[in-house]
Amino acid sequence: MSNESLDPRVNRLKLDDAGTVIRVEEGENWNVYEVFHQEKRGARHEHVGCVHAPDPQLALVFAKEQFARRKKCVNLWVVRSADILAFDVEDEDMFANNLDKNYRDASGFKVMEKINKFKQSK
Amino acid sequence: MYGGGYIFDEPNGKQLREEQQHDDPGKLEAFEERISRGEKIEPGDWMPAEYRRQLIRLIEQHAHSEVIGALPEGTWITRAPGFKRKLALIAKVQDEIGHGQLLYNAAETLGKSREAMINDLLSGKSKYSNVFNYPAKTWADVTVIGFLIDAAAIVNQVANAKGSYGPYCRALERICYEESFHLKQGHDAFIELATGTPAQKTMLQDALNRWWQPIMHFFGPPDKTSQHSEKLMMWKVKMASNDEMRNQFLDTYVPKIWELGLTLPDPLLRKNPDTGRWEYTDPDWDEFFRVINGGGPCNEERLQVRKWAEEHGRWVRKALMNPSERHALPVA
Repeated sequence: MSNESLDPRVNRLKLDDAGTVIRVEEGENWNVYEVFHQEKRGARHEHVGCVHAPDPQLALVFAKEQFARRKKCVNLWVVRSADILAFDVEDEDMFANNLDKNYRDASGFKVMEKINKFKQSK
Repeated sequence: MYGGGYIFDEPNGKQLREEQQHDDPGKLEAFEERISRGEKIEPGDWMPAEYRRQLIRLIEQHAHSEVIGALPEGTWITRAPGFKRKLALIAKVQDEIGHGQLLYNAAETLGKSREAMINDLLSGKSKYSNVFNYPAKTWADVTVIGFLIDAAAIVNQVANAKGSYGPYCRALERICYEESFHLKQGHDAFIELATGTPAQKTMLQDALNRWWQPIMHFFGPPDKTSQHSEKLMMWKVKMASNDEMRNQFLDTYVPKIWELGLTLPDPLLRKNPDTGRWEYTDPDWDEFFRVINGGGPCNEERLQVRKWAEEHGRWVRKALMNPSERHALPVA
C-alpha cells in the first residue's frame, strides 16, 4: 500500500494491502484464566475478572498489568477457568433455606418470654 | 474508555424474528420479569437468543472501539508536548487496551470466542465507533479526543453500567473509574491550549471544528430513525436513547467549551430555555453511514494497522502456545 497516513509511525510500517485476509486461528489467543485480587494481606482474594494466557506464569504477569496497575494490591491468584467446578445455574433452588429451621438459629429461642411467664406465675 | 454510542447492525431483521419465535414463551416471561425487577442476568442464565445476540454485538463493538481508539492516540505518544503529557498519554493508551481486554472477556461469557471477535473485526464484519475513522492531525486533535470523545463515552458508559447484563456492568464500572482520569487529563490539556498562545488557540479551534461533526455523530442517528430501540431498552441492553445521551452531553460540555472563549461550528446550537433541550443543526447522517461502511478517511489505515499487529505478533503467540491448554470460557 502506498501509505498516505498523517502518522509517521504508521508510515514506517510496511503495511499489507487493504484486501489481505488475516485470520486468527481458534485457540491462538490462548486460554482463559480467572483472576483473584487481594487488596491487603489477610484480606480474602476477590474474583475480579479474567485474562488470556498460555500458562499460569504468564497469566500472573498479564493479571498484574490488567488488575493491579491501579487499585492497591498485595497478591493475585490465577486459576484456569476450565478447572473451576461449579453448580449448574439452574440448580440455584437447592440452596434455598428452609424457613422453618429457626431451631438452629439464636432467634429461635425466646428465653425471656419463658422467664417472664415463670415470674408472673409466682 | 470509549464505547460506540451507536451500535451498527447489519440488516437481517427477518432472521431475527424467526429466532425470537423459538424462545420458550414461559422462560421469556420469567426473564422479562427478572429484568423489570432490576435483577442482573449472569452468564449461564437463560436468555432470549436475540438478547444474547444484541449483547455480543454491543460489547464486542465496544471492545473493538477501545482497541482501535488507542491507535490515533498511540501514534501521538512520540510527539506529545512534554514529558508529563507523554507519560499521561502512555498511561491512557494502556488503559484503553486494558478496557478492550475486559470487554472482550465480558463478551466471551456470552459464548463468542476471542478469536472469532478479532476475525470479525479484521474482516470488517464487526464495526467500531465511527469517530476513530478520522485522523488526528495535530496535538490539538488528541486533546479534543481525550476531552470530548472520552466525555461522550462516559455519558454512554455510565448509562450502560446500569444495564441488565452483570459481566458488562462490572467491566463498565471499572472502565468508568479509569475513564475519569482520561477526561481530567484531556480537559487539562484542552484548557492549556485554550488559554495559551494565539497559535495554540488557533490549533485547538481548528481541531474542535474538525471534530464537532464526528462528536455529534457519536451517539448515533436521531431517535426517530432508530431501528430497534424499544425492545433493547425494555431488556436494558440500551439504557438511554441516542437523543437523550446527546442532549446530556451537550448540557455538560458545551458550557465548558464556551467558557474558554472557543466557538462551535454550528450557528444554530443553543439550549432552548423553554424545553431545556439543545437545538442544533442535524449533522450529515449520509456521511455517518458512508464512514461506518468503510468510506471514512482512516477506515483502511486503522484496519491495516490492526492486521499488521495481529500478523507481526503471531510468532510470539505461537512460541508461547502450550498445546496442552484447551480453550475454555470465562466463568463469570
